[in-house]
Amino acid sequence: MSLRSPLGTVLGQGAAKDGVRHWWHQRLTSLALVPLTVWFVVSLLALPALSHATLIAWMSQSSTALLLILLVLVAAWHSQLGVRVVVDDYVHGAGARTLTLVLVGFAHVLLAAAGVFAVLRVACGGSP
Amino acid sequence: MPTRPLSPHLSVYRMSRYTLATSIANRFTGVALSAGLPLLVYWLMAVAGGAQRYARATHVLASPLARLIYAALVVSFCYHLVAGLRHLVWDTGHGLERAQSRKSAWLVIAASIALMLLIACRIWLRGMHGP
Repeated sequence: MSLRSPLGTVLGQGAAKDGVRHWWHQRLTSLALVPLTVWFVVSLLALPALSHATLIAWMSQSSTALLLILLVLVAAWHSQLGVRVVVDDYVHGAGARTLTLVLVGFAHVLLAAAGVFAVLRVACGGSP
Repeated sequence: MPTRPLSPHLSVYRMSRYTLATSIANRFTGVALSAGLPLLVYWLMAVAGGAQRYARATHVLASPLARLIYAALVVSFCYHLVAGLRHLVWDTGHGLERAQSRKSAWLVIAASIALMLLIACRIWLRGMHGP
C-alpha cells in the first residue's frame, strides 16, 4: 500500500515540491557549460596579454560578447541550482532555509545582471 | 523539524570510500566555483569601467591572495568539469556498476590533474598577470 495521496501521485512533485525540473535544468546547464567554460578558458589563455586594450578588443567582437553573456547567464543559473541543493541539505529549519534560498537567489540574479550589463557596455562601445 | 531521518545520512557511510570522496569533492569544487562567480563579474565590470578603473582593479586582481584564489578556481574548474561529465554519463544509465565506477573515479582524478597541469603550463609559459 502506498502512503502517497492520489493527488501527490498525479502531480509527481516529490518531497522538494518541484518535480524533476530542478534535476533537468541542472543537466541542461551542465551540458551547455561544457563548451562555454572550455571556450572561455581557452580564449583567455590564447590572448597575448590581459591588458585593458586587449580585453576591450576581444570583448568588442560580437561572437565573444554573445558567448560571454551566455556563459554568465548559464553559469549563474547552474550555480544557483547547485547552491540550492547544498542549502537544502545543510540548512535546517524552514525559516532559515527559505531566507537563505531567497538571498542565494537574489545574489545570483544580481551577478547575472551585472555580468550581462558589463559585457553589453563593452560590446556596444559604452565603456570609457 | 520532523523527527524522521533526513538526507544526507552522512554517518552511515564509510568516509574513506572513493565514491564518497569523488562525490563530496564535486560538491565542494562546485561551491568554490560559485564563490568565484562574483570574481568573474567583478573582472567584467572592471573591464567595462574603462582603463583607469581596470588599472585600479588590477591591484586587487593581481594580488598574491587573488593568485591563490585563481589557482583554487583552476583546480576546482578542472575537477568539476571532468566529474560533471562523469555524472552526465551516469545519467544515460552507463557506468553505474561498481567496477566501472571505481575505474571512472580514478579516470576523473587523472584527467582533471592532467587538465590542471596543461593550464598551469600555459599560464607559466606566458608569465600571465592576473586573471
